[in-house]
Amino acid sequence: MEAQTLYEKLWSSHVVHQEADGTALIYIDRHLVHEVTSPQAFEGLKLAGRKPWRVSSIVATADHNTPTDHWEQGIQDPVSRQQVETLDANIREVGSLAYFPFKDERQGIVHVIGPENGATLPGMTVVCGDSHTSTHGAFGCLAHGIGTSEVEHVLATQCLLQKKSKTLLIKVDGELGRGVTAKDIVLAIIGRIGTAGGTGYAMEFGGSAIRALSMEGRMTICNMAIEAGARAGMVGVDETTIAYLKGKPFAPTGEHWDKAVAYWRTLKSDEGARFDKVVELDAAAIQPQVTWGTSPEMVVTVNDRVPDPAQQADPVRREGMERALKYMGLEANTPMTDIRVDQVFIGSCTNSRIEDLREAAAVAKGRRKADNVRRVLVVPGSGLVKRQAEAEGLHEVFLAAGFEWREPGCSMCLAMNADRLEPGERCASTSNRNFEGRQGAGGRTHLVSPAMAAAAAVAGHFVDVRTLG
Amino acid sequence: MNPFTVLDGLVAPLDRANVDTDAIIPKQFLKSIKRSGFGPNAFDEWRYLDVGQPGQDNSKRPLNPDFVLNQPRYQGAQILLTRDNFGCGSSREHAPWALEDYGFRVLIGPSFADIFFNNSFKNGLLPIQLGAEEVDELFRQCAAYEGYRLKVDLAAQTITRPDGKVIAFDIDAFRKECLLNGWDDIGLTLRHADKIRAFEAQRRAEHPYYFA
Repeated sequence: MEAQTLYEKLWSSHVVHQEADGTALIYIDRHLVHEVTSPQAFEGLKLAGRKPWRVSSIVATADHNTPTDHWEQGIQDPVSRQQVETLDANIREVGSLAYFPFKDERQGIVHVIGPENGATLPGMTVVCGDSHTSTHGAFGCLAHGIGTSEVEHVLATQCLLQKKSKTLLIKVDGELGRGVTAKDIVLAIIGRIGTAGGTGYAMEFGGSAIRALSMEGRMTICNMAIEAGARAGMVGVDETTIAYLKGKPFAPTGEHWDKAVAYWRTLKSDEGARFDKVVELDAAAIQPQVTWGTSPEMVVTVNDRVPDPAQQADPVRREGMERALKYMGLEANTPMTDIRVDQVFIGSCTNSRIEDLREAAAVAKGRRKADNVRRVLVVPGSGLVKRQAEAEGLHEVFLAAGFEWREPGCSMCLAMNADRLEPGERCASTSNRNFEGRQGAGGRTHLVSPAMAAAAAVAGHFVDVRTLG
Repeated sequence: MNPFTVLDGLVAPLDRANVDTDAIIPKQFLKSIKRSGFGPNAFDEWRYLDVGQPGQDNSKRPLNPDFVLNQPRYQGAQILLTRDNFGCGSSREHAPWALEDYGFRVLIGPSFADIFFNNSFKNGLLPIQLGAEEVDELFRQCAAYEGYRLKVDLAAQTITRPDGKVIAFDIDAFRKECLLNGWDDIGLTLRHADKIRAFEAQRRAEHPYYFA
């Protein structure tokens, strides 16, 4: 048989039907649901008199709107509360495999709770009305974000209409330097190929540097595949994947486990499989990254300077850079390490897992938040992450450093709840998008790793975490 | 979904690359549990001088005179010219809902982000991808002539410029058919319900651990 890529294996094992122009019906194994993109889908289903096809595929949680403090007061914003209560009512009515509502001990960001509960398994198709569903591809899944019409389509038919993507291999070989993390790898990839570099592709991450990453590091990388334009990012299954899943609540057990593992071991690209495009990066050359503009591709290393639009020949790009610098309140050629921050956010589906918090705590330990930094938010990705962090005493490290230790949720990644930047405020953030207004109208976001965010918090400006010792 | 056949519409230009869905419809408006009423908040942060909140009377808010869509000559535009990677970022379908509710039926640009592109078709909004040079020329003509209109014919897959030039565009046959007829995807898919059931039964037998 011809050598196949992982994507081709996942695709061909889910095609139910194909139209003449290649549009296919793809079977969906796991449907993750949250409060923001589902209410209109449930309503549409009901208005059409349809029932969900297979409710045991649904895992749901409330994460975007939920507050990260004063849980005893409930959700203060009435519009947010209505959206969360609508999800409660919809799930109560139709059912699910699992629902982790607001205040549940396993509640959290949908892309954190799926994997940590073993609800995301290799070989699955995983969808969610959220672009960062690409995260789950770290498990050798075909996982991507969908719109609300598609949420309704999956609820009603257990299928999605799709056309096969082209394949792109991002190969990262070599050893990462000290203080350089998965977040720096993915920011460097986006810096290289651009935010539209992956459009139309399913992106696989391979090479020795990816193999060496933990599952959490792989999730960080797949999470931001969408920021490179790819709906799906993925990593082949190996022993790291299998070891992570063993014993997770929804992972198979006994005979089923053995059968599953035997299949999962085949879920990687075959030797000699052909990709439509290959991009190679040298891990040893990657430095800690910081974005300077309003698109994730506007990124440099911490020891660089803010780029100068005058050096850009293309007029549309030059104008984009000028507009970004104006919005960000930055001058060209300023050293990145001269840029002072007002807030720091450690959290989001990109970087809120236990290893991220350990990485931030290692930097914060024995240090204090700089006086010019108004607030440092540490928001664990889920109730389970929070509990683990507290068992390890990480919260005490953060509190001693003057950081705030919050309840789980999406929080200031997109600022749908009360956690946000004030106009003009500048933030070092471990999230995934530095778009205008993303963290609050007029807010200025610089994307970094958890270690770099903690370093900025204690220094008061961006600093190469490797120089902190 | 409303069918789309032919549109002869006023054109407006949005001359910036990487317009993300956060810019098309900011997060505070995503708290709605409805799929209509987003038009007055399309491009909210660029369009108004204040910070918008859900439930406001938008007609009383100060408009940003520098934002292109606020210019009198573009009022009533139904076709939007865009640059590369339009609709990137969040999967929020509120973005095409907002554009459609604002009055747009066609978007023309050199490239669109995947999820946004897909979501548009589900809402009777036609995104058309053209070569960068064709798009450049449309931007030039649109700037030069007030009241600039284009005629878009989906069945013929053509855009006709006022100077008579006809530009052909590509579209998937299946999407075209759905849009021309205003078909509901779900209804179409459920015609294959037996096939889905058969596929599911076989998958359950081969991989029971996915059906716990």
